[in-house]
Amino acid sequence: MRTRPAARAGQYAALLAYLAFLAFPFLWLLSTAFKSPRELGSLHPAWIPRHPTLGNFRQAFDQQPLLHAALNSLLVALGAAVIAVVLATPMAYVMARHRSPLSRAATGWVVVSQAFPFVLVIIPLFLVLKHLRLIDSLAGLGMVYAVWTLPFALWMLVGYVRAVPGELEEAAAVDGAGRLRTLVSVTAPLLAPGIAATALFAFVTAWNEFFFALVLLKSPDKQTLPVVLTHFIGAEGVADLGPLAAAASLATLPSLLVFALIQRRITGGLLAGAVKS
Amino acid sequence: MRTGLATALGVLLLLLAGCSSGGGGRGGPITLRFQSLAWQQESVAANKALVKEWNATHPDVKVEYVQGGWDGVHDQLLTSFEGGEAPDVIHDASDDLADFAYGGYLADLTGLLPARLKSDIPQHSWETTAFGDGIYGVPFLQEPRVLIANATWLRDAGVRIPAPERPWSWAEFRRITKRLSGDGKYGVAWPLKEPVSATLNLALSAGGQLFHRGDGGKVTVRFEAGDAVVPRTVHDQVAIDHSAPASTLGSGGSDTLPGFFGGRYAMVPLGFSYRQQIVQQAPKGFDWEVLPAPAGADGLTQGVSPQTLSIAADCPHKKEAAEFIDFLLRPRNMVRLALGDWMLPTGTRALKDPALHTAKYGWDTGTALASRLRPAPAQSVRGYPEWKDKVATPAFQEYYSGSIGLAGLRGRLERDGNLVLARYQR
Repeated sequence: MRTRPAARAGQYAALLAYLAFLAFPFLWLLSTAFKSPRELGSLHPAWIPRHPTLGNFRQAFDQQPLLHAALNSLLVALGAAVIAVVLATPMAYVMARHRSPLSRAATGWVVVSQAFPFVLVIIPLFLVLKHLRLIDSLAGLGMVYAVWTLPFALWMLVGYVRAVPGELEEAAAVDGAGRLRTLVSVTAPLLAPGIAATALFAFVTAWNEFFFALVLLKSPDKQTLPVVLTHFIGAEGVADLGPLAAAASLATLPSLLVFALIQRRITGGLLAGAVKS
Repeated sequence: MRTGLATALGVLLLLLAGCSSGGGGRGGPITLRFQSLAWQQESVAANKALVKEWNATHPDVKVEYVQGGWDGVHDQLLTSFEGGEAPDVIHDASDDLADFAYGGYLADLTGLLPARLKSDIPQHSWETTAFGDGIYGVPFLQEPRVLIANATWLRDAGVRIPAPERPWSWAEFRRITKRLSGDGKYGVAWPLKEPVSATLNLALSAGGQLFHRGDGGKVTVRFEAGDAVVPRTVHDQVAIDHSAPASTLGSGGSDTLPGFFGGRYAMVPLGFSYRQQIVQQAPKGFDWEVLPAPAGADGLTQGVSPQTLSIAADCPHKKEAAEFIDFLLRPRNMVRLALGDWMLPTGTRALKDPALHTAKYGWDTGTALASRLRPAPAQSVRGYPEWKDKVATPAFQEYYSGSIGLAGLRGRLERDGNLVLARYQR
């Protein structure tokens, strides 16, 4: 089907507008991070800082242990992503391939569990973790994040498993491959993009999470990056805007980096086999 | 490939395990955890320096500084209290303490604090942290609401400059803002994102009480003449005189600063600590000054919710925690904390420090207001948070924007408000 030039131009314009809409907050954050306090108080703020400064970054690093907090966040987020994927993959396979009232009920429960607000579970969770001596522990926080992301990870992966044709597994079985061999050699490679996307989702969710980290960690040296970022904010929402923007813009980099590393795998996997050769 | 993945997973789990809490057994010197909400660079430095000084001189009682944040602190503390894991010494604000005090989470400090500290802080400040028969926090820093003014603009307009001993009345303030307005410029910009506390605290100047405690301690809302002075002034400036823009009514204090620096507003009513942001952000040569808020029948009186230091009820070393609080709040140290936070100390001896009486950055104006600061009207009213969120905030917002009149505001605050409060006082 051919697209008229005017329609195509409209599509590109819409795409560009959408990209600008998505990029605006991050670009404004970056711009703010390089502005001096006086420029931050200007009535006519400029996109490009008139006198760019690294002072906000210096102050942010002087004032808060950002690198240490970033390392804590990285450990917790990677741990949560690995645990979530390792647990969700086999569960998703069973739910997708063996449809039964039980798997339908499990899917329903997954959806419902997403509706629970944090404040509803935090006190029981706190008491359970305390009993397990996992309060003020990055391992405990990582486990909480893994459990918290598990339902959605499971839901995502069920969709990916269903997209893998069952006939491929049957063909492998006809060729003599055992159950495990079929899963490892046939199903798993086709699921790789889905697993990567799920891992990315779990990582970003854990990386950005604030409330559990605020409540479950006590020691200053265990605090994660979102918690440390709030230390630039005072009572009634007053903020030290420059250092906050500098620290927040640095905090977005790991998520972007992880996405850049695995996005080729996601898109490559999605397109694999789309065209018959 | 699989070996590599397994190794990476193993290393990750080991790292996570290595970072987990060791539990920290007791024995040896006592360790107290002090959660501070200081956030400005100078304030954090002052707090950390004081903790360091304490630790250097008290080998048997070690204090661990824990950096907290204002964002989410109520939920964080509530969870910590429920789980028995709260910090020993707790920094918070007095309007956050009522729930914790009535919930039994905070230690009663009545018999723990030294006479020096008790007598140094005025009774009206202690009233901000007294609930029932006990005292559940030491109020140590407070900030009045002041007018930050463009000095050049006021001088050029030839208006009388108010001082704490001769402030503007609310009527005079309205006349002056009208005179300063025109050509897209405004005499004042009201940042009323949180309209309730700002209005109620300033209303004390005109004798507004709003909450009236009857026999048996039952509280009811009555919106009387004194309560109407401040809201009517704001409403009329926005809707009738057009001397205040409607656009800033939903803004926070920081949001109005660019317009103030850009010459759009002559004055902005802000908390005293905003001066730090103004020093940092004001354009070179911008001449600003600190003026007292307008006065009513009760003069310069206004309500405040001071910052506080409390001790957790579960703290096993309350006596030592109280000694640490006493150390932090010695007059010289209280001055250091006040200067770091750009606020006023509650202690009478600290307030006499020359550093707080300099004209630079308006310190002397703020210090002159200290004796007129009183507990915020709703400080100890149970049900106040719900009344504020469900009744008062929307009612004030609608009144200021012109959607309802004064009679409508009165009806909402009294009729709907008393229904809410009654549920808490059965």
